[in-house]
Amino acid sequence: MTPAALSRLGPPLLVILLGGPIGLGLLFTVLPAFGYLPALGGNVFSLEPFQRLLAEPGLWKSAGLSLWTGLAAALLSVALTTAFLAAWSGTRPFRAVERLLGPLLALPHAAAAFGLAFLIAPSGLFFRALSPGLTGSATPPDLLIVNDPLGLALIAGLVAKEVPFLLLVALAAMPQADGERRMLVSASLGYGRMAGFLFTVWPTLYRQMRLAVFAVVAFSSSVVDVAAILGPTTPPTLSLRLVRWSADPDLSLRFLASAGALLQLALSALAILVWIGFERIGRHGRENLAANGQRFPGDRAVRWLALVLQALTVFALLAGILALMLWSVAGLWPFPDFLPLTVSIQGWSNLLPRLAEPLGNAALIGVLSALFALLLALFCLIREDATGLAPRWRSPLLYLPLIVPQAAFLFGLQLMALWGGLVPSILSLTLVHLVFVAPYLFLALAPAWSAYDRRYEQVAASLGGSAWTVLWRIKLPMLSRAVLASLAIGFAVSVGLYLPTLLIGAGRITTITTEAVALASGGNRRVIGAYALAQMLLPALGFLLADLSARLIWRRP
Amino acid sequence: MAAAVTGLQLSQIEIRSNAAKLLGIDAHVAPGTVLTVMGPSGSGKSTLLGFLGGFLAQAFTASGRVRIDGEDITALAPQSRGAGLLFQDALLFPHMSVLGNLLFALPPTVKTRAAREAAAEQALTEMDLKGFGPRHPDTLSGGQRARVALARTLLSQPRFLLLDEPFSRLDAPLRAQARRLVFSEAQKRTLPVVLVTHDMADAEAADGPVIRIGTPA
Amino acid sequence: MRRLLAAFGLSLALLIPAYAADPADWNAVLAEAKGETVYFNAWGGSENINAYLEWAAGELKSRYDVTLVQVKLDDTANAVAKVVAEKAAGQAQGGSVDLIWINGENFAAMKAQGLLLGNNWAEKLPSRRFVDANEKPTILSDFTVPVEGQESPWGMAKLVFFHDSAKTKPEDMPKSAADLLAWAKEHPGRFTYPQPPDFSGSSFLKQVLVELAPDKAALAKPVDDASFTAVSAPLFAYLDQLNPLLWRGGRAFPQNYPAMKQLLADNEVDVIFAFNPSEASSAIASGELPGTVRSFTFTKGTLANTHFVGIPFNAKAEAGALVVADFLLSPEAQARKQDPKVWGDPTVLSLAKLDSADRARFERIDLGPATLKPDHLGPALDEPHPSWMERLETEWTKRYGAK
Repeated sequence: MTPAALSRLGPPLLVILLGGPIGLGLLFTVLPAFGYLPALGGNVFSLEPFQRLLAEPGLWKSAGLSLWTGLAAALLSVALTTAFLAAWSGTRPFRAVERLLGPLLALPHAAAAFGLAFLIAPSGLFFRALSPGLTGSATPPDLLIVNDPLGLALIAGLVAKEVPFLLLVALAAMPQADGERRMLVSASLGYGRMAGFLFTVWPTLYRQMRLAVFAVVAFSSSVVDVAAILGPTTPPTLSLRLVRWSADPDLSLRFLASAGALLQLALSALAILVWIGFERIGRHGRENLAANGQRFPGDRAVRWLALVLQALTVFALLAGILALMLWSVAGLWPFPDFLPLTVSIQGWSNLLPRLAEPLGNAALIGVLSALFALLLALFCLIREDATGLAPRWRSPLLYLPLIVPQAAFLFGLQLMALWGGLVPSILSLTLVHLVFVAPYLFLALAPAWSAYDRRYEQVAASLGGSAWTVLWRIKLPMLSRAVLASLAIGFAVSVGLYLPTLLIGAGRITTITTEAVALASGGNRRVIGAYALAQMLLPALGFLLADLSARLIWRRP
Repeated sequence: MAAAVTGLQLSQIEIRSNAAKLLGIDAHVAPGTVLTVMGPSGSGKSTLLGFLGGFLAQAFTASGRVRIDGEDITALAPQSRGAGLLFQDALLFPHMSVLGNLLFALPPTVKTRAAREAAAEQALTEMDLKGFGPRHPDTLSGGQRARVALARTLLSQPRFLLLDEPFSRLDAPLRAQARRLVFSEAQKRTLPVVLVTHDMADAEAADGPVIRIGTPA
Repeated sequence: MRRLLAAFGLSLALLIPAYAADPADWNAVLAEAKGETVYFNAWGGSENINAYLEWAAGELKSRYDVTLVQVKLDDTANAVAKVVAEKAAGQAQGGSVDLIWINGENFAAMKAQGLLLGNNWAEKLPSRRFVDANEKPTILSDFTVPVEGQESPWGMAKLVFFHDSAKTKPEDMPKSAADLLAWAKEHPGRFTYPQPPDFSGSSFLKQVLVELAPDKAALAKPVDDASFTAVSAPLFAYLDQLNPLLWRGGRAFPQNYPAMKQLLADNEVDVIFAFNPSEASSAIASGELPGTVRSFTFTKGTLANTHFVGIPFNAKAEAGALVVADFLLSPEAQARKQDPKVWGDPTVLSLAKLDSADRARFERIDLGPATLKPDHLGPALDEPHPSWMERLETEWTKRYGAK
């Protein structure tokens, strides 16, 4: 059997493994939302769950918050990504940020959010640096910075994490946009760097990135862990209330939670619709401006502003990690001391003996799901080589798990697993992780795969290599750097997954991420610091290994 | 030296790559004339255009001055030099119509939308492309695309033209036609032109001074 | 079809209780428990508690060959939900939760839905004979709901306030809820409470409710609309005044007790409270609070209750869970738990019922600088019926949590 023949399995497998869990999960969310779940006493279809949902105090405020924070975070992330690309792509500062992308992406959302909270809270590192010298007070200012009712801290946390993701997607799409030559033409026509990029390169680039941007909109409007750490509390966002309802001992709240999950689904869809409206307005404005011929040659100040803002997001994430490190070894650390008064290894000594199992589980599930996703991606890509084009449904399918709010189908999936008598196992967790790992891995690998010069394969085949030899000896080795990098990204995604691990692992199988968030509920900053750092360990190791092996493979004597 | 030497003045230009001298040029291109720079691939022809246009790649260093009508533009940013570029490919922006491409090039000094569209229509008519405004670049033939690219460059009111083998992708009959069009337009507008090519026929059609680089003297 | 299968499974389980361990025959329980793994679903937010349970796991392994695994929860309701979901799926045996740390609302919910092991097992445990149900009546009635042997007591809790004596004077500290409001008026922004439905925050609401309610007898009965409005009116009038005087003007609240404790450590507030009298001493020992923190209570009393462990009806390792519950009740385990350097959770045992060696274990404990002696803890106020808590939380959220 040739690789091409075997690869026929790829597309159907992708549909089953990604579409299956989402479809079934949604079904098992829809039924209880309309009152039907016999085991919980719901034997007839009714609108009662929705009536209860609408009667929840502050429901529309929560929903409005989700919509607002989601759209604002997405808008700022896209604006910052665009501005930075327009101002600096291809330059030295840009490459510096590019090198940091992997580690920044690997930083789990929860750890990043804790780091940011430790940095900007009134008792955080920032105000410790200013006090009492500049603020004149030894008491933290009574300012509502973290958990503010408008969700500004939540938006900031999301932007810091989404910008690296969007930059990665943009970099992958860059070759299709023919950026360098278009920038030459627009500059020779007298356009400033940023204007030239926006008018000539961005439209093509954006078309390639569009689904990723939708994923950012949907994710930001339904995020759970970041909202729990940085988001408003009076009331919290809809996603957070939803997860709390679904965990309430009062049975009847399950119906309410399912109805809420559908509202969340509608809300994320509405956010995307509003976003499409933004796109229209943006395109109209851009086309008008381009037709007017304004050159905007003097963009120095704006370029530097873009760099400063970009550096600020990177700095916030890195300084957040520093704050986590300090807290993880802090003894007594009263305000306004910038450094802990006493050092204590209590956080770590408590943690270390207990790390082995959750770290081992996370590593095992991460490796399995990344390898499985890689096989799946290779099958599909080889199939696309054979047919000569990617199926039209490929991109929408890959983005489906990133666009459908997690709670909307995971909750149903959990019920279904129980129905089927599925005991939580490494395998069932791997399958659920695969739903989220496969898209990221695929998206990371596909650009390099399609950029590969296929004449090498033709040369190798004409030299008498079989199809398998060509794949194993020529194509995969030549693409080894991209393959390894995509594995590292898939692994990092798996390690960082919280809700899927919690719901499907059912507490029987814990990973470093579920342990970290459970402990974070205790609010002890020393423990949070130590666990968040331990949580970063695996993805960082993954990227390091990928880099080292690539170097080894490409070593020149 | 006279205050205003018209045309493009290239004074003692030297381009180096890792301390190795790649090429040296000292020339004056009068308005309406074409300087042809010939050499094999890898000889640094395109690097020279990059230097003149302000896009010199980081791997190279250059010395010498570039002046247009007496004004020293060596240190200016690309967008402030007034260099009109034409490449092998037309590089029409695929997300804009033909009209959109032209409006994009027209300076903002032409104010109202109606006046701008009229100017673009006029340019199309001059290129024998009347009514092509709403068309999408993908639907044009190679020759049509080349003409839109020329119209676009000319509409931006450049002070000189830089041509990077602009005819090499066209079929033989089209190529002669395109050459005539470009050179006559340059002459009509008294623009100095620098053309890099490895096609002897281009040099002959340009009917100006020829500098050979990258070959033993 | 699924429903049929589920019903069939359920009836099988009822007809053939072959695997039910009878705690009255303790040797049989010990024999059956050998080699079992007990999944203990317990809140995992405190490293002290987690470390204590690890010690217990080590002892249980070497003494009884029982493997204790703590499933760390961020909210006990999640474990209750798991049992609920298993019952929904018709899983009457081999459930994923063997032992669960509960009280109050969660106990009431599980008991009402028949999710707990019955047959009065808790009163048949060997160590039950040391339990002090006379002096500690909440061992028999959990938030006024009769326990009836469906959960085994684990520790005692009493609401106690803390302040930093280096920053505020003990004599300035409020002595009642009304006093606290007056104090907050003089010190705006220096007090807060965790956001209900967090357990500690709801407890604060109940403390004020119990102090201010005109008809205290109504609190012992399940809530109804008429009594709720009348009885809770003083509480909400109080909160209307207090909330704007809170930290961040009452526009944000700490999410739980540890977050509130951090606020005291950061000097963002002056007064906090906990449901554990030795909590401050533990926090001083671990470097989380400065050594100058001290405790105080209200003169007319504060809330008190007991927390328990329960066994779900479908526990897979039922015998193992019984052995764990009994071990947690043993004088040795209870004494270790009361040490503030370990955890600092007060015992449910009566020292008078212990032999001298076991009593000495308790007398040796250094309660720490910030723990009030048992006779200084003040009167104990009874918890209202759990249904009150739910109504209070809903009403609070409507008024202040979703403006």
